[in-house]
Amino acid sequence: MKQAIRTLLAKHGNLPGAIESIDDGADLYDAGLSSFASVQVMLALEEEFDIEFPEHLLNRKSFSSVDAIAAALSEIVEEQAA
Amino acid sequence: MTAASKITALALTDRAKRAAKVAAEFADRVDTEGRFPAEGMEALKAERLLGIMIRPEFGGEGASLTEVANVCAILGQACAATAMTYAMHQIQIASLADYAPGSNWHEAFQKRICDDQLLIASATSEAGIGGNLRNSLCATEVEGDIVRLTKDATVISYGAKADAIMVTSRRHPDAAHSDQVATIFLKDQYTLEQTSKWDTLGMRGTCSDGYIFKAEAPAEQILPRPFAEIAAQSMLAVSHLLWGALWYGIAADAVARAQSFVKAAARKTPGQVPPGALRLAEASSLLQLVKANVVAGLKQFEGAKGDGDALNAMSFSVAMNNIKIGTSQTILTIINHCMLICGIAGYKNGTPFSLGRHLRDAHSAQLMISNDRILGNTSTMLLVNKQDTSLLG
Repeated sequence: MKQAIRTLLAKHGNLPGAIESIDDGADLYDAGLSSFASVQVMLALEEEFDIEFPEHLLNRKSFSSVDAIAAALSEIVEEQAA
Repeated sequence: MTAASKITALALTDRAKRAAKVAAEFADRVDTEGRFPAEGMEALKAERLLGIMIRPEFGGEGASLTEVANVCAILGQACAATAMTYAMHQIQIASLADYAPGSNWHEAFQKRICDDQLLIASATSEAGIGGNLRNSLCATEVEGDIVRLTKDATVISYGAKADAIMVTSRRHPDAAHSDQVATIFLKDQYTLEQTSKWDTLGMRGTCSDGYIFKAEAPAEQILPRPFAEIAAQSMLAVSHLLWGALWYGIAADAVARAQSFVKAAARKTPGQVPPGALRLAEASSLLQLVKANVVAGLKQFEGAKGDGDALNAMSFSVAMNNIKIGTSQTILTIINHCMLICGIAGYKNGTPFSLGRHLRDAHSAQLMISNDRILGNTSTMLLVNKQDTSLLG
């Protein structure tokens, strides 16, 4: 899952540096992720995983790191399976 | 009882009204001469209104944002430049009061703001970046316990009159443009070399000149929390709400002038409804919309305050953006209605019904953080965020 997130971040995240240089726990906003790019990544994730981000996950925190995105995605996948 | 404590024992609204009376007296001169609203700001200091939002343990009165917004609305009815200077100062206070927890320097500084009624400006705009708050080119350079910063600031409102300036910059010379910090610099720690003059259509008294800002200060003056967090959770929402409140004030005064015009006409022609009366009813309805918009926003903000998740929610940003768009557009319609009601007496300067200053000041509202930029930002969020369709939040 994290690899898929990284691929989409590289494609839609418009980050100034290489995604490989960013740790899973590192702050993506500090790495230059704009709010516009975060929405683009979110749309790409929705398309890729055939999911929809619920209201309570639409905040800065859900997108603050690769780990945070993975946690949000796991939560959505679990909810949809239930 | 000290003189200061005698004043602070009075209601905020009464103190704001007394300061507004002074500001109103000089509003036309401030506008015509394009000068700092010194009299209005001195009156606000005399009423001890500059530090009210700071917590009582640091010498403030712990006023809520709603109470501060009410002061802005009262000032907006008197002198928009005084109101805007006061509002911008309070935006910095909100950041300082909530985003420097446990920092000795910032806590002591808050006490100084209250004791000495200091005025705080901000330097966020930068050459090459424009008005995008969340990007900086300049970077703080920390060497030991000293921080140095040079910024080509295209706009520092009332910069020359401020006692301190909060300046955004990249965290260090290798940081990404969005990896920012905010630092408080005191007047004796910086130099300002003026690069442009604020000669504008309206809001002429904010003196938002451009400067090359150069400073050196102890590194402890850097706010401990990342600027990204301050901007997202406090600065944007507080700006939209306080500006919305003072813009409401500008429109409210225009409606009051139009109403007295209609009333005077009605007295002269008993038994007949004056031609402007219907338009006045329309303006009144629109003014109520603006008020409701600001009040609902304040309620939402107060409800979310201190709750990082609520303040970071996309739906919260959409709501705050909508307040800015709605108020800034509607006040122009309202003041234009008032102009049609008052006719030449409204168009002409120096009459009790003059509306030129109101209309010119109000035109700044769409441009202070461009509405196009805000609509673009909202439209991005609406790609994933569902519109709130509930009536009661």
